[in-house]
Amino acid sequence: MNLAYRDIKHNFLRFVLTNFGLSLLLGIVIMMTGVYGGLIDDALRQARAANADLWVVEAGTNGPFAESSRIPGDTRELVSRVYGVQRAGSVTYQSVQTELNGAPHRLFLIGFEPGRPGGPRQISAGRNILRSHYEMIVDRSAGLALGQEVLLGTRDHKFSVVGLMRNEVTSSGDPVAYITLRDAQALQFELAPPASRREQARGGSLETNDQINAVIAKVSPHVPVAEAAAALSRWKHLTALTQTQQETLLSKFVIEKARKQQLLIMVLLVIVSAVIIALIIYTMTMDKVRSIATLKFVGAPDRTIIGLIVQQSLSLGITGYVAGLALVFTFRPFFPRRLVFDPESVVAVFAITIVVCLAASTLGIRLALRVDPAEALSAAG
Amino acid sequence: MTEPGRQAVVCVERLSKYFGSGNARVDALIDINMEVFPGQVVGLMGPSGSGKTTLLNCMACILEPSGGRLTLDGEAVYDDHWLKADLRRLRLDKIGFIFQYPNLLPFLDATDNVAVVLHLAGLGAAAAHKRAVELLDYLEVGHRKRALPKQLSGGEAQRVAIARALANQPRIILADEPTAPLDSARARIVMDLLRRIAIDQSAAIIVVTHDEMILDRFDHIYRLRDGRLETDEVTRAPVGADY
Repeated sequence: MNLAYRDIKHNFLRFVLTNFGLSLLLGIVIMMTGVYGGLIDDALRQARAANADLWVVEAGTNGPFAESSRIPGDTRELVSRVYGVQRAGSVTYQSVQTELNGAPHRLFLIGFEPGRPGGPRQISAGRNILRSHYEMIVDRSAGLALGQEVLLGTRDHKFSVVGLMRNEVTSSGDPVAYITLRDAQALQFELAPPASRREQARGGSLETNDQINAVIAKVSPHVPVAEAAAALSRWKHLTALTQTQQETLLSKFVIEKARKQQLLIMVLLVIVSAVIIALIIYTMTMDKVRSIATLKFVGAPDRTIIGLIVQQSLSLGITGYVAGLALVFTFRPFFPRRLVFDPESVVAVFAITIVVCLAASTLGIRLALRVDPAEALSAAG
Repeated sequence: MTEPGRQAVVCVERLSKYFGSGNARVDALIDINMEVFPGQVVGLMGPSGSGKTTLLNCMACILEPSGGRLTLDGEAVYDDHWLKADLRRLRLDKIGFIFQYPNLLPFLDATDNVAVVLHLAGLGAAAAHKRAVELLDYLEVGHRKRALPKQLSGGEAQRVAIARALANQPRIILADEPTAPLDSARARIVMDLLRRIAIDQSAAIIVVTHDEMILDRFDHIYRLRDGRLETDEVTRAPVGADY
């Protein structure tokens, strides 16, 4: 006879309402793991999207994400000739803000050379960039449709959306857009007409600066990446970072504070959940003091009493967790930023919930074990 | 009142219990001696604070006496200290308890309220259920076997509580004012039921009561005052003579 189940069945409405509250709380804990996972995944996505073996950046910098990096546009040709480098591509990165239907839209522009490393990882709709100017592949989260035109730059160049991607956003949640390197350079360096006229009047150069932020290199599978990196490092004006180093820079430094902050919020939420679960279990036990006293009086062993409380605590925790998970997945599409759940973190939150429930039930168990069986003799029940 | 050739199921010798110490010491029981034999229904009476419930708790092994000797079903359980390590098991196997209020578990129906004690004693689910139903039928509440405690009348709930006390066929049944919440007619029915159980199961039944209307249902009455046994009255003919 399962006393815990019978008690839950008897007070089913109370259990459901308690569970609903708990599921909201656990849902927030689960959601925070998704936000945390999303933050890391978004940050790493930029680096991973390039599918690079080596990142060649300005000497002495941790570019292009952690620091600003500017290298000459012809660096790609130098890198291509280094021993072990199979393919290379120039890339630029910049954030822009434009207006669409009267609303501001932020985009993270990546300039790349079509056909070379550094382009979009996967296109979910439309096609790749085929023309050398004014075509764009953008993440769906930008809310743009295929064929839609976007005005970019000081001279309002019209870029046409030719391809759409999924889940390509920056660590700050801005959608990523790919354009050709030449367009990106133009947007980065071209001046607005009045500024251009002033520059011309003072005899300044009107030539576009052929500068890039990094060169992405793919190394031959037959050559160790470290060997190629060492060869590239002999160039005094360049630094070669491996993909692992780049990811470490992004996850450990670029988003470090945001990551720590979210981790702290998660820890606090777990503590709050533990306190609330403990109070719920304690209150549930308080309601059963007379029944517990009667059970003890008639000879129930402590393990029966402990079992009753632990099973109810676990029932609350497990159903609360499942309901919380269902809530989060139901409302996931409505979150402005991506929630990323890897199986490990989902299992970890479940394990934490179980541990918290077990720990929280100790308060109830302590109360139950201290109930004097003689209490069954006192007053009406 | 030792009866030659019969062994008392409950034997209390010089039992004492005090609370506190020094000037704050309160003697709740002083040198209590009593014996209860199989088939007997014994009344324990006295004013409030006379020590009735304390004595009952000591006999139920819920409260440790301060001195004396207690023998239950031929087994010495206390002799200036507990002699048994597992008092819980002793309670489960040898003692049935009927509370002033039924104290049924609100989340179990009548059958399961009885079966739970059988489960605790290690009986399987089917056997426990069968025995619980038999007991409820015996106590004439079989028709309410699926009812939750809140759906039972006071008399029905008390019968279910009696069935729970009988579940493990204990040799000793202790009842703490079992008729208090009942009217006089139902109180007599319950007392007659206890007498029937005492004879059918050869059990010793000790009932704490204030109810003078049921005195004729006892074989023997012990009256307590200020923790001392005041009188010891035989009220009926020996067990089995007229019942």
